[in-house]
Amino acid sequence: MDFLIFKVPMLMVQASLDGILLGILFALIAYGMALQWGVMNIINIAQGDLVILGGYIAYTMYLAGIHPAWGVIVSPIIMYFVGWYLYKLVINKVVDRDLFISILATFGIAIVMQQLMNFIFGADVVVAQSEYGTTMLFDNSVTLPNSKIFSAVVSILYAIALVFYMKKSKLGRAIRATAQNARAAKILGVDTEKVYAATFGINAALCGIAGALIAITLTLHPYVGLPYTVRSFMIVIVAGLGNLPAVALSGMGLGVFEEFADYILGTEFRIGAVFLLLVFILVYRRFKLAKKREYLK
Amino acid sequence: MNKLTKLFVTFISAITLALVSFSSSFAKVEGDYIVLGSAISLTGKYSSNGVHTQNGYNMAVERINKMGGVEVQGKKYKFEIIYYDDESNPKRAAQLAERLIKQDGVHYMLGPYSSGLTKAIAPVTEKYKIPMVEANGASRSLFTKGYKYLFAVLSPANQYLEVAIDLAVEKNGGKGVKIAQAFEQDAFSQDVRLGILDAAKRTGSEIIIDDKLPKELNDMAATLAKVKAVKPDVLVVSGHTKGALTAIRQISEMKVDVPMLAMTHCDAAKLSKQHGKKSEFALCASQWHKNLSYKDKFFGTGKKYAKDFQKEFGYDPPYQSAESSAALLVFKDAFERANSFDRDAVRDALVDTEMQTFYGNIKFGPGGQNVAKPMILFQVRCKGDDCENRVVAPTKWASDKFYHPIPKWSERS
Repeated sequence: MDFLIFKVPMLMVQASLDGILLGILFALIAYGMALQWGVMNIINIAQGDLVILGGYIAYTMYLAGIHPAWGVIVSPIIMYFVGWYLYKLVINKVVDRDLFISILATFGIAIVMQQLMNFIFGADVVVAQSEYGTTMLFDNSVTLPNSKIFSAVVSILYAIALVFYMKKSKLGRAIRATAQNARAAKILGVDTEKVYAATFGINAALCGIAGALIAITLTLHPYVGLPYTVRSFMIVIVAGLGNLPAVALSGMGLGVFEEFADYILGTEFRIGAVFLLLVFILVYRRFKLAKKREYLK
Repeated sequence: MNKLTKLFVTFISAITLALVSFSSSFAKVEGDYIVLGSAISLTGKYSSNGVHTQNGYNMAVERINKMGGVEVQGKKYKFEIIYYDDESNPKRAAQLAERLIKQDGVHYMLGPYSSGLTKAIAPVTEKYKIPMVEANGASRSLFTKGYKYLFAVLSPANQYLEVAIDLAVEKNGGKGVKIAQAFEQDAFSQDVRLGILDAAKRTGSEIIIDDKLPKELNDMAATLAKVKAVKPDVLVVSGHTKGALTAIRQISEMKVDVPMLAMTHCDAAKLSKQHGKKSEFALCASQWHKNLSYKDKFFGTGKKYAKDFQKEFGYDPPYQSAESSAALLVFKDAFERANSFDRDAVRDALVDTEMQTFYGNIKFGPGGQNVAKPMILFQVRCKGDDCENRVVAPTKWASDKFYHPIPKWSERS
């Protein structure tokens, strides 16, 4: 336990800002997960690995001399097709099955992706330099890398764009209809197969954006996908499906929670704290559900 | 089946079984070859350093074989290595060690990459009394278990950064310093941490931040914000290459000013490839540097080794390769002194090893660690985005003056 954060109040500002900026990024990944969970009833364990793959796309561009920030445009396009093919290859075979089967299948995808990324990009940790510099606040006592601010802004822009797309476009309506009732949508002429593929593609594209942002703010490594999966799972559990403001809020909340856990409990418990919170929330929700059932009797 | 056939079948199988066990017990030396075994990480998270290790082994095998091989009882033998890929997974490594010993009949082992995997294999080699010379497991706990068949050519992990603390104290006029440290939670880094704790006690230094980093870590902003707030004299980071790269990225982005930054796994080539001149002034602990003045008759000096390695594999040898090559020199020396292929004779010869290689002096302590070679410390110095390692400690080999304190970020271009 370390209470330095309470002695130096500026650290609290730093932790909160870091947490919020990071949380917005997590929320973007979580929104993708919520979307496909809601539409296809699939929990995607490979979510984090899709993120990392997106990051490697931005990194490859960086190696080729292109500024990695362009990755936030190129990476989602490529990742959309990756997601689409993944759907055609594996996911369409498990989409109507038990939730457990989908977890197994996506777990398999995660392992294959990790190994492939390791094979192609090597096991070394890589970063892409944005050279965006740093913003200093309060007489240099709080520092915010501009790359983190950039990533939060890009995430928000994409999230807004996505909300509009889901509301206004034909595909967006079809996706929402399928999420509400797949059979009814099918009867009314929605090609649900296509909708599923597109949803998975959109999810992968969101991961692609997040990955490109992670490449310029944090570091990439073939095996760091899992923490992103867990975080987005956690955010979705708290926020529920299909509720974007709640996803954004719970994302930021998680970000701040993580930073504070880091300062107070120590960095070693940072991810552990997220898992612990997940357990508490699952137990709490179960408790609430059980109560409801009693009431229904 | 009548009785006679039954008897016949039993007889044949008995003979086959006997032959199999018989032949495997002699498989350690096949014809002119001494067969060594190694489980090594060719895939998985340690694959890049696993390949460096393998290249080091192969380079030495080729060189020794070319220069006449190993002479035992008047006959010349050549080295040959059976490799298996352990996928960077300790369980797999232990299985493969078992397989090398029981199925392939290997009687001498070379170590895998990383302390964790060496820890997984050591109990197996110990159980079968197989001498293992390892070059990439530095964790102190390997040398405190009383293993009798484990020999490490490298200095143990607790020595990695002790020199850095001594250096900081020296710069502080002999007074204790304030230390901030962040270590990954793996066997190796935690041993480095123990070394720092010892050094702090010895020099009267104070540890003001003591963070542990999780394995999946790619963000240490919190630690660094604390460092900014409490202003230590020296920041120590150990978390393999990942830790070093994350630290440099975030220190430069958050403009953290510390007079001294000491790390492990921070080879200048790797750091500058990712971070350019931002990595300048970092102090790195290393087992070896090509400019040291050790030499042997197989590879000549470190510089010559580096040149030959570059020619063969197309990159400058990291210390992981150099120490791996040295492991084979140790084996050759031990076989020749034992003048026998008896495992225990070889093991006893290994115990008495006292030699110089291009990589450094080698003499094994009671736990199997190398006690004859000091760790060295270099500082990353850059011209533009081109950086190189310059040895700054110990003074005997220092090619450059230690630059201290690190200039503030506001003064760095």
